[in-house]
Amino acid sequence: MATQASRSAARLMVSPSVILLFIWMAVPLGMVIYYSFRRYRLLNPERAGWNGWSNYSSFVFSPDFGGALVNTLILVLGVLIITVVLGILIALLIDQPIWGQGPVRILVISPFFIMPPVSALVWKNMFFNPSNGLFGELFKYLGMRPFDFLGQAPLGSIVTIVAWEWLPFATLILLTALQSLDSEQLEAAEMDGAPVLKRFWYIILPHMSRSITVVILIQTIFLLGIFGEILVTTAGGPGTASTTLPFLIFKEALLDFDVGTAAAGGVVAVILANIVAIFLMKAIGKNLD
Amino acid sequence: MGRITLDKVSKSFGEVNVIPPLDLTIEDGEFVVFVGPSGCGKSTLLRLIAGLEDITSGQIRIDGNDATHMPPAKRGLAMVFQSYALYPHMSVKKNIAFPMKMAGVDPAEQERRIKSAAEALNLTAYLDRRPGQLSGGQRQRVAIGRAIVREPAAFLFDEPLSNLDAALRVGMRLEISELHNRLETTMIYVTHDQVEAMTMADKIVVLQAGVIEQVGSPMELYHKPRNAFVAGFIGSPKMNLIGGAEAAKHNAATIGVRPEHIAVSATEGTWKGTIGVSEHLGSDTFFHVHGTGLADAMTIRAGGEVDLHHGDTVFLTPDADKIHRFDKEGLRIE
Repeated sequence: MATQASRSAARLMVSPSVILLFIWMAVPLGMVIYYSFRRYRLLNPERAGWNGWSNYSSFVFSPDFGGALVNTLILVLGVLIITVVLGILIALLIDQPIWGQGPVRILVISPFFIMPPVSALVWKNMFFNPSNGLFGELFKYLGMRPFDFLGQAPLGSIVTIVAWEWLPFATLILLTALQSLDSEQLEAAEMDGAPVLKRFWYIILPHMSRSITVVILIQTIFLLGIFGEILVTTAGGPGTASTTLPFLIFKEALLDFDVGTAAAGGVVAVILANIVAIFLMKAIGKNLD
Repeated sequence: MGRITLDKVSKSFGEVNVIPPLDLTIEDGEFVVFVGPSGCGKSTLLRLIAGLEDITSGQIRIDGNDATHMPPAKRGLAMVFQSYALYPHMSVKKNIAFPMKMAGVDPAEQERRIKSAAEALNLTAYLDRRPGQLSGGQRQRVAIGRAIVREPAAFLFDEPLSNLDAALRVGMRLEISELHNRLETTMIYVTHDQVEAMTMADKIVVLQAGVIEQVGSPMELYHKPRNAFVAGFIGSPKMNLIGGAEAAKHNAATIGVRPEHIAVSATEGTWKGTIGVSEHLGSDTFFHVHGTGLADAMTIRAGGEVDLHHGDTVFLTPDADKIHRFDKEGLRIE
């Protein structure tokens, strides 16, 4: 199969899709970089022109930038920790032979089928709302004052919502990892005198490490861009308490009508995402070998 | 010490009774082989002894102590699995050290035992490798090493050679037998291969459908099979079992003659037939003889230099002293 002719034929055959994908990626990226050096405000678009690095400096040195960066990291790390830890525990639980295993598994996976803004709205109105929400009712039932989750702990609430959305993904991948573990290994460990917790620590967890790495890498990429949940619940507030990097860019572009600064923010976000990706690959990428 | 006694042990999975109540004693230092066709319950029996399955009723005693409800680790038995069950993320050394680490053995003592096990099993050069970088035979030896360092009362082997190729299997068979001679520890070995059973065992336990058909030394089983099943199962090639009128002549429902106890001649003999397939092994020749009217095909073992071929008419003469007779229930008639 690997003759010279077949290889060039293969290259020729895949080239249309590769070229299309490249254009798909390169053109928007090029336009963002172009606008990031332009003065381009939608309120007075006639005053356009080259703007040097001032879009970048006004984005990076704006008072909201540092907070948004920290909020983004809290969101990503918080969701990762919750989904990986709970994902492992739920995977262990639903791997047990129980009656009604099939329906239970489908129920566990179902949050993943709900689109993010919808689940965020359900959480906002049916759970977190202090006067109408279920948690408010629960607090009242226990004789406490209802807690205004989105007002008092906006970022924590958003972390909860996003973790709820991503937990099925983590659980599913970790469950398949668990199922691929050779049962004779666990029996051997049992014979070797390892009790349940040690079997988990020395056999099951190392076996799952590759899948945990995959979960962390994939989720990090998606979590860095979380936006819809924030828009429909807190809109970045109160103040800037739940403003993340993507939301700050959105604010520059569509609330302050400053396309140039938003584009600069986009470039900064791409660079930061790449730094995170390199850091992650260095830290845990060896698990994928 | 490793004397294991099974007292009316039975096992059911739900409604299915896999092992009806069964008694068996395994003496200290014995090499016992459980052999039988697949699905006969031999692996289940081993797992009951190991403690990986709970027994439904009865009692297991190890060195006189009731071990029926003891967890596997407390029974002092080490098991070698069919898939080896090595821990893939640990080096060979860590694999071997794992049971000692779990038992909290002193690190210096751990080193000493790893060293002696590695030397005994030719693993010294591979201690830092992962199981994935080893060949099948080496993995097998690591699994045995992991069992040795625990200094168990008995070793349990669950078809340990079935994943190896034929040449390696013969080599490992010798190594395990040598290991048994050196350690003089009780070993229980499960296999479906009667050659492994015959060559390694001090005592063979033949099982069928969870029932012990016969217990005895390899030669006892060969010379005095208790019933037609054992007669057909032990020995290679298989014994020729003949029913009908020929058996009635010997006052039996079935008679059995081993291929090596039938003389073959081109000119004269008791039974006449035609040679079908003949297998020339050099040292021996196996003839499959058809048309004798006794059985579909009679298997005959002859010397390596017999000049008979496909289609030749031959005469067969059984060795009268070595005919086994069985009654209607398949039991041996003395």
